[in-house]
Amino acid sequence: MKTENQKAWFFVLPVLLLVAFNALIPMMTVVNYSVQETFGDNVFFWQGLDWFQQILRSERFHAALGRQFLFTFLILIIEVPLGIAIALSMPRKGLWVPVCLVLMALPMLIPWNVVGAMWNIFTLPDIGLLGYFLNHVLGINYDMTQDPLAAWVTIITMDVWHWTSLVVLLSYAGLVSIPDAYYQAAKIDGASNWSVFRFIQLPKMKTVLTIAILLRFMDSFNIYTEPFVLTGGGPGNSTTMLSIDLVKIALGQFDLGPAAAMSLIYFAITLLVSWLFYTLMTKDDLN
Amino acid sequence: MLSWMAWTWPTAMVFIGIFSAIGVLILLEIRTPGGDTRKGVLGLTTTRGDRLFISLLGTSYIFLAWLGLVGMPLWWPLALSLAWAAFCFWKV
Repeated sequence: MKTENQKAWFFVLPVLLLVAFNALIPMMTVVNYSVQETFGDNVFFWQGLDWFQQILRSERFHAALGRQFLFTFLILIIEVPLGIAIALSMPRKGLWVPVCLVLMALPMLIPWNVVGAMWNIFTLPDIGLLGYFLNHVLGINYDMTQDPLAAWVTIITMDVWHWTSLVVLLSYAGLVSIPDAYYQAAKIDGASNWSVFRFIQLPKMKTVLTIAILLRFMDSFNIYTEPFVLTGGGPGNSTTMLSIDLVKIALGQFDLGPAAAMSLIYFAITLLVSWLFYTLMTKDDLN
Repeated sequence: MLSWMAWTWPTAMVFIGIFSAIGVLILLEIRTPGGDTRKGVLGLTTTRGDRLFISLLGTSYIFLAWLGLVGMPLWWPLALSLAWAAFCFWKV
């Protein structure tokens, strides 16, 4: 029998400790909170699974979950094709490569809360550049503080502005790693642009795209700061995403038990979707 | 020291269960290395660890679905979960 040296696992130990302290132990605490009620002062009362039942049957949770899925679906369906298209049109050689890369990276360097504040001011109907232009020059009635549709358009545009670059940079990394020989072979065979994309570029980008979509899914599914700063979850509840609702329950109402139950359900959803997506995308590679 | 974590016996049992399952997997891995990799009925290539993960993830969904749609008591989802775990380790 082949003996393998498993000592390398010891090198993983520091990471394991770190994860234990910043993720595992807080998570265990959340599990403990989710079955209890507290009025503060570290005194807890057993509640069983009532909070889970209450959250699972609450219309408020269903609505927030629906908005969250809609938001994530919309940004993915815009950012992924747009990111690929931009990556395809970027130069592969020459002086413009670093310029493009830096320009692309710029939005991602800006902190979330600053992005929210920027877009808030940018889109305000009376003083914002975009808001004023739309309302007073084009005559379109646009006010994201009053109109849910305008609020949605704004947060989606903001997210696309902020995060398409991630898809672009990852796709671009996949694209530049394709050897020229592939393109030459395609040229000899007289392949169309679409065939080159479908059979050479897309398969070569698959791994990085999987990572890009996973990152964008998890990030957008957990989005908090930007809509919080931009719309505060309003008008009404129209942009109250799951995390905003969660923080309202946990810190606003100080209902730690229901908030813990909700965050575990939230976690289960993120985990399942990420696992499903990763498994489906890497299924062929492993086999 | 641990009072801030608000431990209860039932939740502690859940974690003891999960960690002992991982412990058993480690022991199995030491006895027969390689993770018992195989291609199961779902078309996935899984190791013992994957099967445990799928069992636990499925279990959480079975319980959540039952709580949301039916409610207490939870004997049926428990039976379903055990059946699901057995299926995972047997076929997946």
